[in-house]
Amino acid sequence: MTALKPKIIVIEDDPPIRRFLRTALDTHGFEIFEAATGKQGVVEANIRKADLIILDLGLPDMDGVSVVKAVRAWSEMPIIVLSARSAEAHKIEALDAGADDYLTKPFGLGELLARIRVALRHASIPPEQTEAGVFMTGNLSVDLINRRVYNGDQEIHLTPIQYRLLTVLIKHAGKILTHRQILKEVWGPNSIESPHYLRIYMSQLRHKLETDPAQPKYLLTESGVGYWLKV
Amino acid sequence: MSSVARPDPDELLARVEKEQAKSRRGHLKIFFGAAAGVGKTFAMLQAAHERRAENLDVIVGLVETHGRAETKALLEELEVLPPKQIEYRGTVLREFDLDAALKRRPSIILVDELAHTNAPGSRHPKRWQDIEELLDAGIDVYTALNVQHLESLNDDIGQIAGIRIWETVPDTVFEEADEVELVDLPPDELLLRLREGKVYLPQQAQEAIRNFFRKGNLIALRELALRQTAHRVDAQMLDYREDNAIREVWQVSERILVCIGPNTLAERLVRAGKRFAVSLRADWIVVYVETPELQRLPTEKRDAVLRVLRTAEQLGAETTTLSSPNLSEAIIKFSSERNVTKIMMGKPSRRGWRRFVLGSVVDTLIVEAHNINIYLLGSPHPHREEEEKLQLTTRRKEVLPGLLQRSKTRKKGYYLGYCWAVGVTLICAVLARLMHGSFEQSNLAMIFLLGVALIAARFGRGPSVLASVLGVLVFDFFFVTPFHSFAVSDTQYLVTLSAMLIVAMLISNLTANVRSQAKVAAHRERRAAVLYAMSKDLAAAESEAEIVRTAVRHMHVEFGSRNAILFPDANGRIIYPNERSIPESLAGADLSVAQWVFDHNEMAGQGTTTLPGTKAIYFPIDAGNTMLGVLVLEPVNLRRVFLPEQQKLLDTFLRLIAQALSRIRLADQAKTVQLQIETEGLRNSLLSSISHDLRTPLATIVGSASTLAEDDGSLKAEDKIELSRAIYDEARRMSNLVSNILDMARLDAGMIQLHKEWYPLEEIIGTVLTRFGNRTSDRQVKVTLPPGIPMIYVDAVMIEQVLTNLLENALRYTPAGSPLEITAEMSADWVEISLADRGPGIPAGLENRLFEKFYRLREETAQSGVGLGLAICLAIVAVHGGSIRAHNRAGGGAIFSFLLPHEHQPPEIVHEE
Repeated sequence: MTALKPKIIVIEDDPPIRRFLRTALDTHGFEIFEAATGKQGVVEANIRKADLIILDLGLPDMDGVSVVKAVRAWSEMPIIVLSARSAEAHKIEALDAGADDYLTKPFGLGELLARIRVALRHASIPPEQTEAGVFMTGNLSVDLINRRVYNGDQEIHLTPIQYRLLTVLIKHAGKILTHRQILKEVWGPNSIESPHYLRIYMSQLRHKLETDPAQPKYLLTESGVGYWLKV
Repeated sequence: MSSVARPDPDELLARVEKEQAKSRRGHLKIFFGAAAGVGKTFAMLQAAHERRAENLDVIVGLVETHGRAETKALLEELEVLPPKQIEYRGTVLREFDLDAALKRRPSIILVDELAHTNAPGSRHPKRWQDIEELLDAGIDVYTALNVQHLESLNDDIGQIAGIRIWETVPDTVFEEADEVELVDLPPDELLLRLREGKVYLPQQAQEAIRNFFRKGNLIALRELALRQTAHRVDAQMLDYREDNAIREVWQVSERILVCIGPNTLAERLVRAGKRFAVSLRADWIVVYVETPELQRLPTEKRDAVLRVLRTAEQLGAETTTLSSPNLSEAIIKFSSERNVTKIMMGKPSRRGWRRFVLGSVVDTLIVEAHNINIYLLGSPHPHREEEEKLQLTTRRKEVLPGLLQRSKTRKKGYYLGYCWAVGVTLICAVLARLMHGSFEQSNLAMIFLLGVALIAARFGRGPSVLASVLGVLVFDFFFVTPFHSFAVSDTQYLVTLSAMLIVAMLISNLTANVRSQAKVAAHRERRAAVLYAMSKDLAAAESEAEIVRTAVRHMHVEFGSRNAILFPDANGRIIYPNERSIPESLAGADLSVAQWVFDHNEMAGQGTTTLPGTKAIYFPIDAGNTMLGVLVLEPVNLRRVFLPEQQKLLDTFLRLIAQALSRIRLADQAKTVQLQIETEGLRNSLLSSISHDLRTPLATIVGSASTLAEDDGSLKAEDKIELSRAIYDEARRMSNLVSNILDMARLDAGMIQLHKEWYPLEEIIGTVLTRFGNRTSDRQVKVTLPPGIPMIYVDAVMIEQVLTNLLENALRYTPAGSPLEITAEMSADWVEISLADRGPGIPAGLENRLFEKFYRLREETAQSGVGLGLAICLAIVAVHGGSIRAHNRAGGGAIFSFLLPHEHQPPEIVHEE
């Protein structure tokens, strides 16, 4: 059914990349609309009632971050950002502005498809509505109603902050959260300048939930950017 | 034919001339006359009009019309620079505005009265110095000068006219002038003009005729002026002959040594020496020999000598102060060293029997100096000497006021010595009284001699002479019959007493000499020690800032001054230093003075002839041909800087500083060159490496892609997949290479900004291991960390890059399945992270080469990277202030480890639990 094909807007100024994305995503069941500039992209996203935006951060007419902000002004649709390597600051800015995920160029199709799927799933089912209020991944299960955490059968005792940190990650499971976003949600807007607090609590959480805290399976670090919970 | 490309030859010539004008020194033309009123200013203005008619940019800097109507008329059509108004003790003085002239930059400027003395507070005390600066700036100058103002003629004029002229111009200015135009007027005509009121206003004229403008005077002055001019023409002729290689006239060059002493003859000797040197066209050296006796001279006399030496320098002589106990010996030694052919000195002061007994320097020189002609200058009349002495003092006051400060402590010690002399004589008398009767009288005399010797050894000549006289008197009074009377009954006692007096005097003389020689030796030793200490410290200095600190400190110790060394910026403008100052530093030096000193390579400030009103003294620091900077010194006491021996020391200091600075600059230059060579080499190896490493995967990609693109349907499905996979793999590999090269380039260019924060060590290692994913699944990777949650303050992305590169290498160069071990050790000051493997290890001697750029253990195998991985590690660890090393592991394998210093204490965390 063509009508149910998810619509993706590709905002990218480089024609070969647009061509590659169109060809690849088309064959995987997405409907693609292309835009070469930021302005055109925002308009396209609006009139096409798009499901997802793939946005290149280096656009000729406007800053990618501004595009994210412009879209976020009226829509919560997922945005995946494409960026060049070693531009952590730029990525963080885009994520803080409301982008859902990012990919570093060059990337393979497999990676891109995985990100698109996670983003779309997020958009359709909010994590709070997980069945029976229980979040499960691997051996880990969290009873969000009774505030209980289990690793396998064993119940794990968490401090209030550790638990709050875990629920924030669960709420956005599969999505990268910047240090700033997590600090704001867990500690409040006044603590965003002390990222080492977050790192220490994250470390404590890993020691409690991971089998090998030095090689985590659930609580993953996105180097220089933030953390995400793998689902 | 195009008319655009061809420049007009005249225009071209004009441009070339203009260019030359900028670089050359200006021409000086002097309108020279015998006396005021001969028409110098008039002739000068006429010449200016002629130049103006030739379309040259002529302006009048300053011209005194003295109310003469015809001169005024000539002035009217010319551009006149407004004079500078200087207020001095309530009156406003009109002075030549040097800065305005330099700014205006005309081709020719007229500045009247070369010998004028500027108002206090001007940049230079004398106008001729202003003109020197104009010439240096490439501006031509017309000026006027009367013969009586020439420095070397000062004595002659004084004798002829009976008055002494204080406003003088060094002969060098006159000699180096490019053109001298004699403006001549017979005395009768001049007197006529004077009476007609054309020279001075009528009431002044009468007085002038009576005093200076006597006909006899005018004739003599005219003769002097004509002779000077003729002399110049003669010199020009000689120059011409020399330039045109007509050499036979000249055999050997003469060198004249003028020896001066601390007497009034000195100044006359210098002037006579100058004239002598000019007439012989010889080099001349003025020397002052400081013997231990001369060192005891009162301050005023020593300052007078200093001033005469300065005058000599201004007259173009080389000056030297020698210090030696033996005058004639020092002069002979110096003469033979410098190939002196003629010695000029004053007539011997000792006469009659004193000369016969004690000898004279002149006599010794006549006997011992072979091949040297000796010229003697007679003393003037005694009464004139007195007069000159007086004037000598007043002039000195005018020029070097600071030198007059005398030390009071010395005087105190002086009187103390005399008190001791009296006291010791009294003690001797008491002792002798006790011994009187039981000892012979000659032994009693010995007691007094002993006292004299003691006083001489301790307090020097004066007190010991006093002790000698007192001793003889006391001995005569108390111990020679008749007692208690100075009368002597037995004539043999007269012999005893006179012998006693002579012996006592000799003792005091000898002891005092020994003492002062010891003092001189101690002084020299101290100076040598000071120089040694400073040169040692300067040699150890490794940076410009360190040299400055060392120099400033040592100068402070030696001269008691606060000092500063100023350097120019890239545009040659002297600026204040950025370095932290030390207590001995001088703050608030005058940059404009420093700039002047730097531009002219001449000292300035207090005690010099340039800007003497400034508080500090400014010395240029030059290393041969390049100017390095300026030393500023604020003296507590000018004597400590300007005494000959101190000045020599200061000169040596300046040379040492200049040497040290050039050494550092050369080292820096060498380093830069070395760096350039290395960069060049690096660029070459980078190019060859990159071209190889990028072309190899590109070949695969282009080949495979073209096969797919040009497929006519004959390719099998699995072939297509295989080709696509090859493209994918090679593109990935290329991507890694490119990002490595970019990382390296950014690190090399210093473009990396570290974002340091506190990270748990575990998280950094975890992130890297997670990134490798299942590529390490066949390996056992053991992580051993210190207990707790150890935190490090780093840029996590960078340190992860280091670990990634190390792990990448380990996976690449060790056999599949062999175990890896990551360990971290921590102390209060550092953390060391190591990756150990069980691979083949590192070939001996290559431990350090591994970290070089583009170094690969095995050349160009399929698996090899570009050879940048470890170089990137090294660079990242280095920007973190750490170190990295590789060595073989006990039991086989290699260990790569890097050490990072802790910069801060880890943050305090409030735990919930």
